[in-house]
Amino acid sequence: MSTIVLLLITGLGLGALYFLVASGLSLIYGLMGILNFAHGSFLTLGAFAGWELARRMGGDSWVTLFASMAAGAAVGAIVAAATEFLLIRRLYNRHIEQVLVTVGLALASVALFDGIWGTDPIYVTGPAWFAETTEILGARVPNDRFVLIAVAVLVLIAMVLFLRLTRYGLIIRAGVENRAMVTALGIDVRKAFTLVFAIGGAAAGLGGVLASHYFGYVSPQLGGSLLIFAFIVTVIGGLGSLTGAAVASVVVAVLQQFANYYLGGTGDLVVVLLLAVVLLVRPSGLVGRLA
Amino acid sequence: MTDRPVLAVEHLTFTIGGAHIIDDVTLEVPQGEMLGVIGPNGAGKTTLFNLISGVVRPTSGRILMEGKDVSATAIHTRARAGLGRTFQTSSLFPALTALENVRLAAQVRLGAPISIVRFPRATDDATRAARAGLDEVGLSHHAETEAGVLSHGDKRKLEIAMLLATDPRVILLDEPMAGVASGDVAGLSEVIHHVHTSGRTVLMVEHHMDVVLGLVDRVAVMHHGQLLACDTPAAVMADAAVQSAYLGEPL
Repeated sequence: MSTIVLLLITGLGLGALYFLVASGLSLIYGLMGILNFAHGSFLTLGAFAGWELARRMGGDSWVTLFASMAAGAAVGAIVAAATEFLLIRRLYNRHIEQVLVTVGLALASVALFDGIWGTDPIYVTGPAWFAETTEILGARVPNDRFVLIAVAVLVLIAMVLFLRLTRYGLIIRAGVENRAMVTALGIDVRKAFTLVFAIGGAAAGLGGVLASHYFGYVSPQLGGSLLIFAFIVTVIGGLGSLTGAAVASVVVAVLQQFANYYLGGTGDLVVVLLLAVVLLVRPSGLVGRLA
Repeated sequence: MTDRPVLAVEHLTFTIGGAHIIDDVTLEVPQGEMLGVIGPNGAGKTTLFNLISGVVRPTSGRILMEGKDVSATAIHTRARAGLGRTFQTSSLFPALTALENVRLAAQVRLGAPISIVRFPRATDDATRAARAGLDEVGLSHHAETEAGVLSHGDKRKLEIAMLLATDPRVILLDEPMAGVASGDVAGLSEVIHHVHTSGRTVLMVEHHMDVVLGLVDRVAVMHHGQLLACDTPAAVMADAAVQSAYLGEPL
């Protein structure tokens, strides 16, 4: 029983990370039809920004943790918005070029991070409470998992409220359905494009800081390894669907944890099999609808 | 009818590869009039709407809105000058609620502030305008219904509500009855009649002759890109040229 609880909560924690990356991917694809392969770089950069700030602030306090999360989100948002504004904007509806540019950006940024911070993992420490465990139904669960889950839930709620209740949220939801018609109404959707990139980048940057605490280190490869699973989550959840991304994040991560434990480390294989099954049975994903 | 016409076209001509799609059409629409545009398929009715709304530019001739030449201006410039139109194909967002569809259109007119964190209250201008638009077409009870599940007739009403939310003075309706179940025609006619009697100028392309004749002040008859006649329904029906050229035989 305790093993199941531990696997479940750890899976939820990993799912939280997947969601923070996949939510942005899904929104960006839904509105603009762009597969953003550079999204992992936003995460990595957010993680390094958070670590650099934490290093300077010193101490492993909660204040440092929250400040580094804010820094990661801010850097992610700024870099993502700049990417959209300077590169992607010129390439709308040119899908091959978009893939080339975002893949190129991902490769170049990893090389840049290697150059700045080196190829070795940099170990990070959070507040002392992070290193402790909490006992739930006999399972000793590392405390950082709870923070991950709470932050992801808050981000999901904030995104849903933003999409449901704000003027730009309405434009984005309408744009996901029919971008041409939004333009025909006389609305400048380019602002919404930049905004969606900034939101996705902020979530990824935040995810980067949290990922560095989950795995215990920062490295230039951090974003790339999470990006693959985030793409799988996005496809399983339904491209363009936020709630789909949330549901798929949990399903994929929990399944991965259980398969790794009970089926001899075959978690990644099981996830790919799940992807294949979903593509065969429900090609539009679990939830074919935004928010 | 002594006012300056709210909309006028002068010697409007549109050719594609030498073929006259619209051929020297001159027409004046006074403020508050409802004008039906009829004619067989290919007569140039929708092209006339496309020229007036700015989707295509005329080969020659002028389009005047309240005396100002708008022939060379863009679609959204004319829309801002008070010209609104519907299209033959549905232009709704099916997954958004009826209210959200109209709100989106209202936002265009009222302008969305840069602030992305300020939540619009239920009483903000765009929502108020949207609710008023829904009320005007009799769809208030469907405010929270997803547009995609509405009946065809209600979808057309919703498009008209979206149009009204942008506060146009001149409205172009392109076949509003197309695809609408016969049981819904009367209700939709009533909505269009109300849109007109509330002071707006309306031009309507429509194939349902009984609908056209029951609603409009005047009928413009198009044939091979030319304006054959433009008069009251009774006078047009009695016109020998219309009867022989378009209707084929006396009615």
